[in-house]
Amino acid sequence: MAGEEIRQLTTPLADADLVSLRAGDRVRLSGVLLTGRDAAHQRLIALLDAGQSLPIDVRGQVIYYVGPSPPRPGMVIGSAGPTTGGRMDSYAPKLMALGLKGMIGKGARSLPVREAMQKHKCVYFGAVGGAGALLSKYIKSAEIIAYEDLGTEAIRRLVVEDFPVIVIDDTHGNDLYEEGRKQYAQE
Amino acid sequence: MRTIDAQHITETIVRLCMEANYNLGDDMLAAFDKALTTERSAAGRGVLEMFKENAQIARTQRLPYCQDTGFVICFVDIGQDVHITGGLLEDAVNEGVRRGYKEGYLRASIVADPFNRKNTGDNTPAVVHTQIVPGDKLTLMVMAKGGGCENRSKYKMCTPAEGVEGAKNFVIECIRTAGPDACPPLIAGVGIGGTFERAALLSKRALFRGIGEPNPKPDLQELERELLEKANKLGIGPQGYGGDTTAFAIHVNTYPCHITSLPVAVTIECHAHRHKEAVL
Repeated sequence: MAGEEIRQLTTPLADADLVSLRAGDRVRLSGVLLTGRDAAHQRLIALLDAGQSLPIDVRGQVIYYVGPSPPRPGMVIGSAGPTTGGRMDSYAPKLMALGLKGMIGKGARSLPVREAMQKHKCVYFGAVGGAGALLSKYIKSAEIIAYEDLGTEAIRRLVVEDFPVIVIDDTHGNDLYEEGRKQYAQE
Repeated sequence: MRTIDAQHITETIVRLCMEANYNLGDDMLAAFDKALTTERSAAGRGVLEMFKENAQIARTQRLPYCQDTGFVICFVDIGQDVHITGGLLEDAVNEGVRRGYKEGYLRASIVADPFNRKNTGDNTPAVVHTQIVPGDKLTLMVMAKGGGCENRSKYKMCTPAEGVEGAKNFVIECIRTAGPDACPPLIAGVGIGGTFERAALLSKRALFRGIGEPNPKPDLQELERELLEKANKLGIGPQGYGGDTTAFAIHVNTYPCHITSLPVAVTIECHAHRHKEAVL
């Protein structure tokens, strides 16, 4: 598992940075994140399957799997922690093939997704699930850029500063969940 | 006979929905502190510290602890000598959810149909479980149940021959397969006995017991202790990053069952364990 230092990275992520990351690395992300979860992914992939263009350009981008709670007046966003990444497994490789470079969620990804991450040099980051109030403090702006009718599931453009994540799956096939469990299991 | 107005129920539900989402229980905060004294993993301790900070922000800024403000599960224990006037119980609960979620800036997470998946926009309907009990009080128990952990809940009809070992193995298997997805450290509500649906209901209800409050029956208390010890040897740890704290508690409730059956239901609950209750 990786060292104690915290990496500071800014989106769009460079390939050199992506391949240097290892499962377990702690990272603070700054810059733009796009949001998308189940319903938005379903629409995006339906467009791709129909040979149509997407309402967003995913090249070089990081998608944060989040459905925020509504903001109170004067606030940028409500609570905004990650949702389970595995539910996006059937969609993710197609977005990686278009140039997606990062995903933020929580929970394990399937082997085909991890293989696609190695092939396309894409990293899966974990944010702490259930820490939505705290994580919202790192989000400096939020605007809906597609599928407003989906409400919380709309695609948003977030600007974040020092958003805390950890590398779950790197571009070399390592997985923090497997490594961590092996280290602490007493069976 | 005591009369309770439906409006009173609605207003109570409004308050409980908000409080559950903003104010994590003291038992959970104590569980975080306790785990911090035993967790060997630095990453795991870091996660637990984030939970504490998150709870503090949620409480003081009235922001939901988790953006998944859940499916509202409402257990209503109705005293046999209570008469509800001014509307139907279930309508009163749903109106409370509608208002609580709107006025409290809580997320609408319910779709009207499992297939067309159009969001109802106000987090209704709730899942309401009623039970008639002695007396003239009405108890409302509200839980904001997250989807990520609920998705990892499971049921198994064990055979009587599998016995307690079969039940134990199944509970641990549920926690193992929930892995990092269900936002560990977890709480598992376990319902054993009854029928298919009774076991599931027992498992949900078991989650309303305070963390660290064991089943009063000594044999079940021992079973809970053993299951928790086993779960925490899995190595999954906080958020699945590896560690000693995979579960905060395992609550077992039982009921008589048929000579052929040994039903076991496991409701998986995350660390964002949000529930409140009120007695009217």
